[in-house]
Amino acid sequence: MSENFKDAVEGLAAGPAASDAGAGPGRAAQADASSHPTVAALREAFGDAILHHEVQAGDEHVVFIPADRNVEILRWLKEQPGQEYDFLKDVTAIDFGGGRPLQVVYQLWSIRHRQGLRVKAELPLNALEIDTVVPLWATANWLEREVYDLFGIRFRGHPDLRRILMPENYAEGHPLRKDFPLRGRFSRLEQTRRALQLDIESDYTPEELAVGGAPSLPGGPEAAGAAGRRDANRP
Amino acid sequence: MATKTVEYLIRRNPEMGVDGRPVEAPVLPMGVDPELHGEHMIINIGPQHPATHGVLRLVLELDGETVVRCTPHIGYLHSSFEKLGEYRTWNQIVPLTDRMDYLAPLIYNCAYAMAVEKLMGIEVTERAKVVRVILMELDRIFSHLLWLGTTAIDVGAFTVFLYTFQERERIYKLHEKYTGARITTSSTRIGGMMADLPVGWTDDLRDFIDTFPRTLDEVETLLTNNQIWIGRLQDVGAIGPEDAINHGLTGPNLRAAGVAYDVRKDRPYYDYDTYDFDVPIGEHGDCYDRYLVRMEEMRQSLRILRQALDRLPDGPINVSDPRVILPGKTDAMTDMESMIHHFKVVMEGIKAPPGESWFSVESSKGELGMYVVSDGGSKPVRWRVRGPSFVNISTLPKLVEGHLLSDVIAINASLDIVLGEIDR
Repeated sequence: MSENFKDAVEGLAAGPAASDAGAGPGRAAQADASSHPTVAALREAFGDAILHHEVQAGDEHVVFIPADRNVEILRWLKEQPGQEYDFLKDVTAIDFGGGRPLQVVYQLWSIRHRQGLRVKAELPLNALEIDTVVPLWATANWLEREVYDLFGIRFRGHPDLRRILMPENYAEGHPLRKDFPLRGRFSRLEQTRRALQLDIESDYTPEELAVGGAPSLPGGPEAAGAAGRRDANRP
Repeated sequence: MATKTVEYLIRRNPEMGVDGRPVEAPVLPMGVDPELHGEHMIINIGPQHPATHGVLRLVLELDGETVVRCTPHIGYLHSSFEKLGEYRTWNQIVPLTDRMDYLAPLIYNCAYAMAVEKLMGIEVTERAKVVRVILMELDRIFSHLLWLGTTAIDVGAFTVFLYTFQERERIYKLHEKYTGARITTSSTRIGGMMADLPVGWTDDLRDFIDTFPRTLDEVETLLTNNQIWIGRLQDVGAIGPEDAINHGLTGPNLRAAGVAYDVRKDRPYYDYDTYDFDVPIGEHGDCYDRYLVRMEEMRQSLRILRQALDRLPDGPINVSDPRVILPGKTDAMTDMESMIHHFKVVMEGIKAPPGESWFSVESSKGELGMYVVSDGGSKPVRWRVRGPSFVNISTLPKLVEGHLLSDVIAINASLDIVLGEIDR
């Protein structure tokens, strides 16, 4: 059996490959600020803090802002008369891979003025932290939890920053990052072992445990497993 | 806009009065054992529970029967569709979309294709536009019918479920006749549809449109003035317009709170601005108004369907853009260039230019946003779905706090969630 064949089989185990077109989307050309009333007003109010403004797919205006001023600028967008972006459609992130910074994306919409704006902040991989916007929009609560869960971006001041889609004791990392392999980091055996290891306490939030006490399986505390077994489950 | 006022007869706890009209029965205070007073209890609803409409788990902290705090736990159905999408070519993602919201699969098919077409600058043909409008409105009815049936069951009315599922079966048949599948339709392709409508399909649809209102009226006589239905839904789970926007509610849930925000009107796509239809809005923001809004939406969808069928133009269903559409079968077999073209589109997949696009449609559950980011390759760098159910269910703790345990079931049902899309 040739080595090539073995490599090919190992390649199969890694699953299909992601897009590798290379250069990747850089920033599009700087757009004319006067093409969107909000961007013109933003430039006036914040000057150089509006790092870049571009138009995507014909009519979608994207504004890049510094990550450390996101709350200030978003609050202005939400509360400034004439702007009133009262509806936060979405918070998400994009990882382009190759060590490039992650982008946090806010999709804003003003129900009164019927216009939208996309705001992006870039975070370098070694400082994945940004202030939360939950005080501005309650809907950001779960959306930011999802970004934290799948990208590992921490939101400073978030009231309840827990994993949301993956289990709380998930130790393989953040799945939507480009360096995360499609089939996970652990072997199938290890994944199955962890899935079967029951840790009921991690199914509850700390507040719930404080009210309800430590849960136990039917059959008493012995059936729930000793403390050592639960610890083995933790990363 | 035509408005329809429904009399709010009573608040809670209805009872038949002497003249046959319902009166409000007094709520008798319960004696509380002083020893038990103040003890809070934690209970789980789900993940396996018929009233959570999927694998949703709610952890409730109760004071007696009153909910003090509710924490939804999701993720039991997580299949990482967004990650999978990064490993699939643009057309291969279509089957993933209908597995998210299996209650309105065609809306998700269409929304995804629209986002990619916008990114590529493709304008689909007039026929494809109207066909997609027909499919999306059909699935709005499809999804609302399931909501109606299951909510009625949750609140204790079994008959409605049988009525609505009979009608859903007819839509299933329409799905099947067109796409070959009942739920996993995968009907769209970038640049058009997987096939044109089969012969006789529009006649079947017309037949459905003509006969369905009768069932709708019948269901309405069973529920709208039903005292149990009113008692369980009116004034339960109410939310005001500012709060609703702030919490990101969309769709019928937002419109029941009195905000006339509908993507079909506010950012029209596919010539929705040329169709004549109304957007029903409620005024109390409670479960009952959500019911009324959805009932009216089904009637409005029928109006749109009739207009769309009348204007359905002839002509090709797919664009003639060689970047995305395969050459004809005969050409591919006889002509060298066409064969090479066929080979390249199939083997390499279509390529979207670098950039990104966001496309919002009004799904049956609320605003569905498809966000695609491309680096110029045949696979997306990022494919993000802003699912309406995900955001709507995050409002549940606010809605249920202070209500009774039995109201949790009604409120959860009234939000109309689908777990496949929440967990993605």
